[in-house]
Amino acid sequence: MAYLDHAATTPMVPQAAETMAALLSDCGNASSLHGAGRRARRIVEESREAVAAALGARPSEVVFTGGGTEADNLAVKGIFWSRRDADPRRCRVLVSAVEHHAVMDSAEWLAAREGAVITWLPVDETGRVAPQTLRDALVAEPDDVALVSVMTANNEVGTVQPVDELAAIAREFGVPMHTDAVQAVGQLPLDFAQSGVDAMTVTGHKFGGPLGVAALLLGRDVDCVPVLHGGGQERDVRSGTLDVPAIAAFAVAAELAVKEQPVRAERLRELRNSLVDGVVVAVPDAQLNGEPSLDPLRRLPGNAHFSFPGCEGDALLMLLDARGIECSTGSACSAGVARPSHVLLAMGHDEARARASLRFSLGHTSTDADVAAVIDAIAPVVERARSTSG
Amino acid sequence: MKVLAAMSGGVDSAVAAARAVDAGHDVTGVHLALSPSPASYRSGARGCCSLEDSRDARRAADVLDIPFYVWDVAERFARDVVDDFVAEYAAGRTPNPCVRCNERIKFAAVLDRALALGFDAVCTGHYARLVDGLLHRAVDSGKDQSYVLAVLRPDQLARAMFPLGDTRKPDVRAEAAARGLIVADKPDSHDICFIADGDTRRWLEGRLGSQPGPIVDAQTGDVVGGHDGAYAFTVGQRRGLGVTVPAPDGRPRYVLDVSVVTRTVTVGPEDRLDVRTVLAGEPTWCGPQPTLPWQGLAQLRAHGEVHRCTGEVVDGRLVVRLWDPARGIAPGQTVALYDDTRVVGSATINSTAG
Ligand SMILES: Cc1ncc(COP(=O)(O)O)c(C=O)c1O
Repeated sequence: MAYLDHAATTPMVPQAAETMAALLSDCGNASSLHGAGRRARRIVEESREAVAAALGARPSEVVFTGGGTEADNLAVKGIFWSRRDADPRRCRVLVSAVEHHAVMDSAEWLAAREGAVITWLPVDETGRVAPQTLRDALVAEPDDVALVSVMTANNEVGTVQPVDELAAIAREFGVPMHTDAVQAVGQLPLDFAQSGVDAMTVTGHKFGGPLGVAALLLGRDVDCVPVLHGGGQERDVRSGTLDVPAIAAFAVAAELAVKEQPVRAERLRELRNSLVDGVVVAVPDAQLNGEPSLDPLRRLPGNAHFSFPGCEGDALLMLLDARGIECSTGSACSAGVARPSHVLLAMGHDEARARASLRFSLGHTSTDADVAAVIDAIAPVVERARSTSG
Repeated sequence: MKVLAAMSGGVDSAVAAARAVDAGHDVTGVHLALSPSPASYRSGARGCCSLEDSRDARRAADVLDIPFYVWDVAERFARDVVDDFVAEYAAGRTPNPCVRCNERIKFAAVLDRALALGFDAVCTGHYARLVDGLLHRAVDSGKDQSYVLAVLRPDQLARAMFPLGDTRKPDVRAEAAARGLIVADKPDSHDICFIADGDTRRWLEGRLGSQPGPIVDAQTGDVVGGHDGAYAFTVGQRRGLGVTVPAPDGRPRYVLDVSVVTRTVTVGPEDRLDVRTVLAGEPTWCGPQPTLPWQGLAQLRAHGEVHRCTGEVVDGRLVVRLWDPARGIAPGQTVALYDDTRVVGSATINSTAG
């Protein structure tokens, strides 16, 4: 079995799994005042400090949530509500056209239910938002903008956005900016304070932590209306009894991912480059989507994303699966039905190219053998898939 | 064999897939997404393309431990089945969308794709039997679906697998329960899967609009009522005519003819519905072409009674003469020919004569 779908989820690192396992049978609500509660609270707060240190934030800026999707929803909706409450003219959200559905659909929900107006920030053919694009969108009508959201790195094609530059522009106009950095942790150098963004989403299961735990890094001066109401455990912005074992494991994984980032990124880059080279040799008309330079600061080092002309991604996926190779079409699913990826369409590709696409994503357990398995299988699989369409 | 099991999310296709696995085949489950925007939940016994059905199918595949995929055939289905359905009604005919779906989707688009991907056969939960490559009625006559499969050619049947043909429905449910398939208690689907609430007339109205016209009595020539669209009427229909003028002889009136061109619905007494000659289109033979003229049995609607008949082909079209009259046969339906339990072939009915 060759697993090349680390962008969907990556295995837990042993240190995180051990941390979590050791805490699973401990009892303690981090909000309780007695000893058990204090012990739980201490673990949570130490974890918060560790996460903050690893990601360049202050401990008070770490808001734990139940997943990246929740953190994205909180950032987009919460900051929108707060900004609009402060000034009713602020109803516009500037969102890149290649966001994950957690951001995109949150914005669309605001448009459908809360009177928000969305300006989709277009991307170039590599999937990148040009800083000038954001500036133009802000200059036009700066007073009506509630929020900017542009992801750090794209989950489908791996394109890295110029987040620092974008954040500087947003700041110039006094508009808060959120970035979904879910795919970036462990692959790119990441520093919340230095980036200049006001909110940043990171989630455990993409960097060796557990599923169902994430954090929204939320600047101390950024007001955010809660989505979940209750005990107000996290800065009154997020309620819910904290999942102590998961948070502890999340912190361990985050520290490790950041510490090992330069080494991991280099290893992933080498593996990925040999995957790309091998695939292009095996299937000469394969098209690499996204940033062509393979520069690890412009494209996630673990990402390879192709279109195979004349094939359907679905068919490729199924044929590869039958050969024990697990990857993804990278496109959003509803009822498991593949729709042409909005990311590829936003990059200017047509539906055929979007439907013909396949994502291979590498991670900390990837090996040369995984890459070799793909290179071995890809030509016959593409040939077979070609015969199915038409 | 590498077998692709079409899994609707219902009990029949789940058990069919399970039996294919038991038979030692390398089975992959596929749910066909027929609607571009599936409803979240199924309502009652209708529909087969909600997200819930897709999840049920996936759940069953997981229990069987087979790979599972969803194939998006919504575009083909919209064009080849739904649009055809509307066009047929607009032309005053009464189509059978299940026949079209088998003919153009399941055993055409899906089968072709499966073969191209390296599968050897497509397995479905239809109640029908294949004996030496020939299509036969199912053992459970109440569930028999050979009529809607009568459009399949020998080359398609050679790639088809119907593992439920020898089993009665209650036994299929019991088997599903015994296998731990949670769909065991799911209600059977009825009616037309893409008309969620089962109200075909209103559904058609939404697509074809209001086309008012007269309802005319065949005996007197009088206009006895009006309607909002002749397409909403089917030959043989008795209910819902809205005719208030009683017939001269006081007997109930039936729809005898639907003319979309003149927007006229003609009604009259039951005996005027008698049909002895069925003029159909180009026949599809499910097995070797029979020597013509041919004698056997004809079935003229799903779950309809059978009639002894003689069939021949004139100018490439099937003509069926019934030995005893059939009542209320609507153009657009399929005439399926049987030799005892074996399906010989079929054609689409164009017109009928008394
Ligand atoms: C870019 C991006 N944002 C958000 C998410 C959602 O995170 P989670 O799975 O933790 O809800 C994902 C992963 O699916 C992602 O790739």
